[in-house]
Amino acid sequence: MKMKSVCATYADIISTVEFNHTGELLATGDKGGRVVIFQREPESKNEPYNQGEYNVYSTFQSHEPEFDYLKSLEIEEKINKIKWLPQQNAAHSLLSTNDKTIKLWKITERDKRPEGYNLKDEEGKLKDLSTVTSLQVPVLKPMDLMVEVTPRRIFANGHTYHVNSISVNSDCETYMSADDLRINLWHLAITDRSFNIVDIKPANMEDLTEVITASEFHPHHCNLFVYSSSKGSLRLCDMRASALCDKHSKLYEEPEDPSNRSFFSEIISSVSDVKFSHSGRYMLTRDYLTVKVWDLNMETKPVETYQVHDYLRSKLCSLYENDCIFDKFECAWNGSDSVIMTGAYNNFFRMFDRNTKRDVTLEASRESSKPRAILKPRRVCVGGKRRKDDISVDSLDFTKKILHTAWHPTENIIAIAATNNLYIFQDKVNSEMH
Amino acid sequence: MDTMFVRGLKRKCFDGEEDIEGTLAGIKAIPSYNLQRQSLLDMSLVKLQLCHMLVEPNLCRSVLIANTVRQIQEEMTQDGTWQMINTQSTGQASLDRLVSTDILCRSSRDQAEGKHVPAYGTFNKDFENDQAQDSSDTMSTASAVQAPRNLQSSVWEMENPQENKGNFQKSLDQIFETLENKSPNSVEDLFSEVDNSYYDLDTMLTGMMSNTKMGHCDSLETFSSSTNTASNSNCKSDLNDLDHIVEILVES
Repeated sequence: MKMKSVCATYADIISTVEFNHTGELLATGDKGGRVVIFQREPESKNEPYNQGEYNVYSTFQSHEPEFDYLKSLEIEEKINKIKWLPQQNAAHSLLSTNDKTIKLWKITERDKRPEGYNLKDEEGKLKDLSTVTSLQVPVLKPMDLMVEVTPRRIFANGHTYHVNSISVNSDCETYMSADDLRINLWHLAITDRSFNIVDIKPANMEDLTEVITASEFHPHHCNLFVYSSSKGSLRLCDMRASALCDKHSKLYEEPEDPSNRSFFSEIISSVSDVKFSHSGRYMLTRDYLTVKVWDLNMETKPVETYQVHDYLRSKLCSLYENDCIFDKFECAWNGSDSVIMTGAYNNFFRMFDRNTKRDVTLEASRESSKPRAILKPRRVCVGGKRRKDDISVDSLDFTKKILHTAWHPTENIIAIAATNNLYIFQDKVNSEMH
Repeated sequence: MDTMFVRGLKRKCFDGEEDIEGTLAGIKAIPSYNLQRQSLLDMSLVKLQLCHMLVEPNLCRSVLIANTVRQIQEEMTQDGTWQMINTQSTGQASLDRLVSTDILCRSSRDQAEGKHVPAYGTFNKDFENDQAQDSSDTMSTASAVQAPRNLQSSVWEMENPQENKGNFQKSLDQIFETLENKSPNSVEDLFSEVDNSYYDLDTMLTGMMSNTKMGHCDSLETFSSSTNTASNSNCKSDLNDLDHIVEILVES
């Protein structure tokens, strides 16, 4: 795939990236609690090189820092996840969440305003009625586009632990939020109540050995959802089976390879992200060193496993020491479920073509991708022959991590968050992997 | 990656070759599996304790680290190395404990020969006599010995911090008070009772941390630097006290 770049920058570290259902809008959340929405410019015949670029559409402060007085601890304003609601009218809506509180935001456009009121003047002040001699019908006149964002719902006090995922149900009426130990089901219109559907908190906290790391609703079956754990397992749950879905319908777990066992085996098996395919037939998971594709019908092992950066396997102790081993990388499907993508270190991100079994490593950085330049594949060498432009494992920059990536729902456009920079790459040539 | 591990310590290439430096140093030869395992245990305990003090811990990370600690403890129990024995204390600096733990990254298959190396006497029972800087190992080991279960509960027990109070000595009531105040001065007093060498370990380990937690660990280091007077005289602290201090630190 030949990718060219269009990029934007802002001040704070990006913590989540999400396209809406049409791909027209792209939302990012950052550590400062802000949400920035980009809109794709409509393609025009006059300027073929500017077609399809994303420009800033709206910026707003979603969450503010809070203080939990009971525990004497700060609640970070960092946006953990954003999920768009399917569009049902002229307005757009999205859910954004920090560690504790989920908010529903409505985004509307105003490009006309009424003029010619009878009782008010242009500034809105009441007219002196004695000056009104005739009646007129107010007329809508065009004005500069104004994007208004308003908080419509605040879903607070639902979580004791840190919220790591939110997912909107295909029924468009409910959504779920998951923290380390519990998953709640909310109705989009009701903020003072939520329904607990999963609770893995042990009676005795001393017995806690496993937490929930991610969760998602099935894209088509509104009764099904999956959640992943820190032990590397996936649980598919059916809300029709029982009110409390502590017992899974299906448990997806790959047995550990005893010859590969080390003290770090469990940590690197912890699933950091789970995503259903668009078809609903597969699930994609990311653990520290691999991405795996699971068939919903096969619980014993994944159907495909791809190595993201296996050269780190011998460095796990150092990565444990500097905490990098706990980094939570996300993963993404393309629109046709044929290519999967995930981030890595050194501002590298990886793509795997499930059909051709080819993979590529690309870099998101200003130096290596001027606007409209084609991205060049990168290579990490692990000893042996070293080609020009190869990077050795020892010179990888572990502070430059690409944790958050998103793929346009239908086209080959990807959004890559590299610390505090957002890169948007588009494929204009063709969609074959090279 | 070489520079990521320990500042100032030359990383040994673990392919069976001894370099000249290793031969001359004698003691600094290729570390045994047990020594590396001990180092990992120490590192894990420090990780659990450090970042719980000022901000709400990341539960997933804490659980994974605690599980690692438990794994090591289980293996050490099976090995028979999980006991306090007198060592031929070599006066090694704690810095030496943080040797290359390359071997730990290998699969169990690769470690087959490493496991047969006899234990390195990594425990120091006689804490009071230890004038060297490696008391940090003993302290963290002791806390692990004393209460593997307590460690877990105190790691993430945010809801019932009083549960473990029954296990503490009476001298610890004042420590509780100190923590409840949570003012910088009182925390400093708390640390002044702790052997300063503990924070040498801290400094070395957290020197390489590049994520946001660094901010909190940094402030921790400023506390330790202002209590330099502590030094070796505090080696005389009762082992149990330190033990419980560790548990309280973890709790908060």
